[in-house]
Amino acid sequence: MSVVTLTIDEKIVSAQEGQTLLDVARENAIDIPTLCHLDGVSEAAACRLCLVEVVGTSRLLPACVTRAAEGMVVHTTTPKLVEYRRMILELFFTERNHVCSVCVANSACELQALAASQGMIHVRLDYLHPHLPVDTSHQQFGIDHNRCILCTRCVRACDEIEGAHTWDVAGRGIHSRVITDLAQPWGEATSCTSCGKCVQACPTGALFRQGSTVAEMQKDREQLAFLVRARKEKQWIS
Amino acid sequence: MSTRIVIDPVTRIEGHAKISIFLDEADQVKEARFHVVEFRGFERFCVGRPFTEMAGLSARVCGICPVSHILASSKTGDRLLAVTIPPAAEKLRRLMNLGQITQSHALSFFHLSAPDFLLGWESSPATRNVFGLIAANKEVARGGIRLRQFGQEIIEALGGRKIHPAWSVPGGVREPLPTERRDYLLSRVDEARTTTQQAISAFKDLLDRFSEEIEVFGKFPSLFLSLVGRDGEWEHYDGILRMIDAEGNTLVDIDPQRYFDYLGEHIEHDSFLKSPYYKPLGYPQGAYRVGPLARLNICQRMGTPLADAELVEYRQRGGGIVHSSFFFHYARLIEILCATERIKRLLEDPDLMSNRLRAQASINNLEAVGVSEAPRGTLFHHYCVDENGLLTRVNMIIATGQNALPMNSTITQIARRYVQGRTIPEPILNRIEAGIRAFDPCLSCSTHAAGQMPLLVQLIAADGQVVDEARR
Ligand code: SF4
Ligand code: FES
Repeated sequence: MSVVTLTIDEKIVSAQEGQTLLDVARENAIDIPTLCHLDGVSEAAACRLCLVEVVGTSRLLPACVTRAAEGMVVHTTTPKLVEYRRMILELFFTERNHVCSVCVANSACELQALAASQGMIHVRLDYLHPHLPVDTSHQQFGIDHNRCILCTRCVRACDEIEGAHTWDVAGRGIHSRVITDLAQPWGEATSCTSCGKCVQACPTGALFRQGSTVAEMQKDREQLAFLVRARKEKQWIS
Repeated sequence: MSTRIVIDPVTRIEGHAKISIFLDEADQVKEARFHVVEFRGFERFCVGRPFTEMAGLSARVCGICPVSHILASSKTGDRLLAVTIPPAAEKLRRLMNLGQITQSHALSFFHLSAPDFLLGWESSPATRNVFGLIAANKEVARGGIRLRQFGQEIIEALGGRKIHPAWSVPGGVREPLPTERRDYLLSRVDEARTTTQQAISAFKDLLDRFSEEIEVFGKFPSLFLSLVGRDGEWEHYDGILRMIDAEGNTLVDIDPQRYFDYLGEHIEHDSFLKSPYYKPLGYPQGAYRVGPLARLNICQRMGTPLADAELVEYRQRGGGIVHSSFFFHYARLIEILCATERIKRLLEDPDLMSNRLRAQASINNLEAVGVSEAPRGTLFHHYCVDENGLLTRVNMIIATGQNALPMNSTITQIARRYVQGRTIPEPILNRIEAGIRAFDPCLSCSTHAAGQMPLLVQLIAADGQVVDEARR
């Protein structure tokens, strides 16, 4: 595999051809915020938080699916990007009901952490306040659609790591929501193995362990990447 | 376009209210009413949420006594799970409630009411506050501040935060008490008790000067309700509900799970407060008082030596079953004393440090009630859930709601005594306010929403005209 050289934020870096900009940036300790990206599963490029500017292209490109190429000049934190990211976060907050103070994932939530790190100090749009259900029919886990940002991390983790494909997305646009099996209550979804990977994958308090109270839902997201790596490298056998 | 922002003066009642004094044809005070016009909607918007969230959610009903709500809520949760919580968890919850009673009563007494007692109702409003108190009597003010801090430190040691500790949960509690925090609290408890004893003896010295206030600040016969231990001991966390009449006779002992058999809730047309009443007597005859006065009238003993001795004297001074709402202050001090003695006992209990703290279970009851004593009085949480633990109905009965009618009687009595003709002079306004403050109402809580409204007193003539108005 050939090596390419590019510039990210004035820093000259080298990368394997085909590596994503996100990957290269992280290898070089350049922080690009992400939300739908999850180590160990494929990319969805759904959240648009990782958008970067590439000189010579008028469009903003998602770093998680844009490949590094020879001579590329990339900017990750221009004023325009900062403003876009804040706007995206504000849209997340207005679309559903994210009330951190009473959420099970308070202080362990990626959305909350991003709002803080990206300087989202208020929301300029009206909240939509939808009436969305909570499904606690599963013995061990629950889903609160009010907190879901449709990143599809649960869908990918369930499909690609566990191989059950219990989760999917139904509906369009603002009416989209994640479903279990054919939109049955989770407790009746026969494909679910109750492995809990989706709960770990979820960046917010949307997926939680039953009985969790405020700020109690800690998530171990690295475990998923660990499982994938161990399987790929056959760490169990050696 | 310009915007005008008006910041109303902050009063020493937590929350805001409007008071109407109605005059009759001869311009004599006929009746006074206390309206709460903040919005209440809390019970509605919890529906559909998992019941496990209620402890954290209900702590947001009120920033003044979140601990009481968390305890009532987690007790309700225990019932939904149908579990008996581990002994250490119960002791820790009790410890937290005692911390809450201490800090809340200390706030009420030292910060909110002591300025009246020590500086006088007629002193200037500019200095009749905790700062004026510090200037006039540093020792009392300092002791009071440290006492309140002690209560808050207990809450913080357990909940991790002073204000919204989502620590007590269905099935038990989340975290143990760290040993070094226990030791620290133990090192503070004696000072807290001494401060309280000093305050009690100072208050007793003043009591003779307050013979007038004792008579007019809401002295009337009424029913009383509180939790009480099965053996008649003062109780703040569990036990049975007892309703007594004005002579102290037990009308009924109620299983908290069946409170609705005996307690009805009346909705006032001009207030968002619900006014509960004792069903057999109907509304409004069945109005009753809750809180420190009720608890001390109902229990046979406090269950700790120093507080028990004070209870005997309190009853001598108050005439057996105490009817004067002014004695709320006195009762509060005795409760703090009892709390400090019990806190010490708990902190020295080796059981307290066990790390078996939480029972795990799923939904086993679809309906449950949790009752505890908040500093201001009996607090009820009542939930119905579906098979999956999602709330289908929530009802809460709050101390200030139960005291609403007695507060009206208190203001009426004060107004009759001090208001003559068609004006409201400033010192009388203070007395009305102090009469309400005896109950230590927390209005944002009792209306289940945080809102703001200045205290407004209106004098209304027989023809319905507002003839005088005063604002603070
Ligand atoms: S449930 Fe969680 S992981 Fe799944 S789409 Fe929603 S936010 Fe993403
Ligand atoms: S992380 Fe790239 S679009 Fe979400």
